[in-house]
Amino acid sequence: MKDIVLVLGGRSDIGLAVAHHFAAAGHPVALAARNAADLEEARADIAIRHGVEATLHEFDALDTDALSGFVNAFDPMPGIVVSAVGALGDQAESEADPAAAALVMRTNYEAPAQVLELFAARMVARGSGTLVGISSVAGDRGRAVNYVYGSAKAGFTAYLSGLRNRLSNSGVHVVTIKPGFVYTRMTEGMGLPGSLTARPEAVAETIFQAVARGRSVVYVKPIWRVIMGIIRAIPEPIFRKTRIGS
Amino acid sequence: MIGKGGVVARGNGRAYGDSAIGAAATLDMRRLNRMLSFDAQTGCLVAEAGVILGDVIATFLPRGWFPWVTPGTKFVTLGGAIAADIHGKNHHRDGSFGNFVEWIDVMGADGEITRASREENADLFAWSVGGMGLTGVILRACIRLRPVESGWIAQQTVAAPNLAEAMDVFESANDATYSVAWVDCIASGAALGRSLVMTGEHVGAEELPHAYRSHPFRTPRKRNLSVPFNAPTGILNRFSVRAFNAFYWRRAQRASRETLVDWDSYFYPLDAVLGWNRIYGRRGFLQFQCVLPLESSKAGLAALLSETAASGQGSFLTVLKRFGQQNGRFSFPMPGYTLALDFPVSARTFSLLDRLDAITLDHGGRFYLAKDARLTATTLRQADPRADAFCTMRQESDLDQAFASAQSERLLL
Ligand SMILES: Cc1cc2nc3c(=O)[nH]c(=O)nc-3n(C[C@H](O)[C@H](O)[C@H](O)COP(=O)(O)OP(=O)(O)OC[C@H]3O[C@@H](n4cnc5c(N)ncnc54)[C@H](O)[C@@H]3O)c2cc1C
Repeated sequence: MKDIVLVLGGRSDIGLAVAHHFAAAGHPVALAARNAADLEEARADIAIRHGVEATLHEFDALDTDALSGFVNAFDPMPGIVVSAVGALGDQAESEADPAAAALVMRTNYEAPAQVLELFAARMVARGSGTLVGISSVAGDRGRAVNYVYGSAKAGFTAYLSGLRNRLSNSGVHVVTIKPGFVYTRMTEGMGLPGSLTARPEAVAETIFQAVARGRSVVYVKPIWRVIMGIIRAIPEPIFRKTRIGS
Repeated sequence: MIGKGGVVARGNGRAYGDSAIGAAATLDMRRLNRMLSFDAQTGCLVAEAGVILGDVIATFLPRGWFPWVTPGTKFVTLGGAIAADIHGKNHHRDGSFGNFVEWIDVMGADGEITRASREENADLFAWSVGGMGLTGVILRACIRLRPVESGWIAQQTVAAPNLAEAMDVFESANDATYSVAWVDCIASGAALGRSLVMTGEHVGAEELPHAYRSHPFRTPRKRNLSVPFNAPTGILNRFSVRAFNAFYWRRAQRASRETLVDWDSYFYPLDAVLGWNRIYGRRGFLQFQCVLPLESSKAGLAALLSETAASGQGSFLTVLKRFGQQNGRFSFPMPGYTLALDFPVSARTFSLLDRLDAITLDHGGRFYLAKDARLTATTLRQADPRADAFCTMRQESDLDQAFASAQSERLLL
């Protein structure tokens, strides 16, 4: 049987697209989200369309105390765990309200890092597995328009890099996915530039290929590697004065 | 009634006219696209209304199931198929899509969701199947699929030199599962209505050639061609249509009479050419589809085809089908023959279509609302006395306050 794929943040457009993509290739899937019960239609759809087993799991990434119980409840352990947990937040709100900022920071860095750490420990004990973290190009350099979100993603990117480094000889592989703009409910109505914007299905395809080929850091649209390379290369004294859009 | 507003559901926008454009607002149903359960004993699928028929086929054909009724494109939603009560090439035998709908969940004017079937809320069910979205929003449906043993169709082609012979072929092919004719609409005089009548049967696993037998549902993946730009206006003039029709006719006459065709090529030849409508140029095109009762079919079809041939405005694709029994309350089909024509839009097209309307009325026929963009309320009522009953039902249940399309406003439904 193919590896079970657990999607954390299974309600998100990207999470659902990932579940469909792996299910279409014959993988059983597990969707984890808050109020998991109302994902029943999505679960049934995956199971019927692809003829695989699909299950729902109650999961709140921010409920730190419950995380180890959640992780240990899996038997058998999923072979592949994908974290699609995240929230865009609102930069202005984060600037004005520390609680709002904390929520963005926790959701994009602290919570996914904590839960992946727990899965990593179990996978190392088993000697196999793949962990996938969906980070963002926004973490490549802090910019005025979204630096709270970006800094949390930067933290998550660094975390994944470190984890991959630590697990390099353990049989457990860590993949970092960096989407740029993606058409999702989260970005609806934002007027995204078409040539730079990916569909959730493209993100899912990228993840699927990255897992299959054991790649480490993958940009969903390769052009982003170039764009962010340039943005990162701008010297700070100059960058300070620029306004580079979200 | 005009200008009152109201919303209408939109499936995948494959209706040719303005039926899926809301008077005040349009509800995009495509995100409501999940399959909810399947019973492998009965072939019953419960799914949300935005599920596309092609996805149903992709999911279930490999397991031995196919839709009972399919239109000429697989890019329709279940909601759109039910609301237009679509027909396929097997109407003479199996009837329309609605025959295979077990129940629907409909959201009414008050936002309440009602389950309707032939037993439960039977009136709502009967009006909604073929109700063009004007009885509420279909959210979910239970449809029955047909068991098949392969993804292949055995097709027989008969060349009929004129209309009378084409109709004879249809009548003698009444037992065939599928039948349809492609009519050369340029031919006139003694050759008026010359056509290629094509019948089809699902092929059993045992009947397949050896090479296919181990994978009866595996058919070649079609390469999609796409039409990358709008053709310059005028490229599709009477000469090119004439040349195309003559070429097609000669080629098909030479082709072998019995062929094995994969399901996708058989049912959905146009789907292979994404954006095919662009060959009509920027102005687009109009469809005309009517059905004539059996008694007056011969005379009526002859009149429609003569008028079209005489106008010199070739219809690129002219399709003739035989309809069988039909008991929908406002559905299009009736026992007889249905003719579909399409025309690139030009100044003269509208007056030709008015003349075709008049011929249809003279022969007791009626019009397909899923193909209509320009009928008048008066013509509709002359053709179809059921329109008034439909309208009254809408008023009495306040549906007319909430649900209206550009088409329903034009037709005063
Ligand atoms: C190439 C081609 C070939 C075709 N061949 C055939 C054929 O052989 N036979 C045939 O019968 N038709 C045929 N059609 C027409 C097509 O089957 C119908 O127009 C069908 O209704 C389109 O479905 P849709 O999902 O795109 O609906 P739309 O075009 O979006 O809507 C059609 C109607 O259904 C209503 N509707 C849609 N969804 C809902 C819902 N959830 N609840 C309530 N109302 C809803 C709309 O309000 C509208 O009145 C063909 C069309 C094309 C483009």
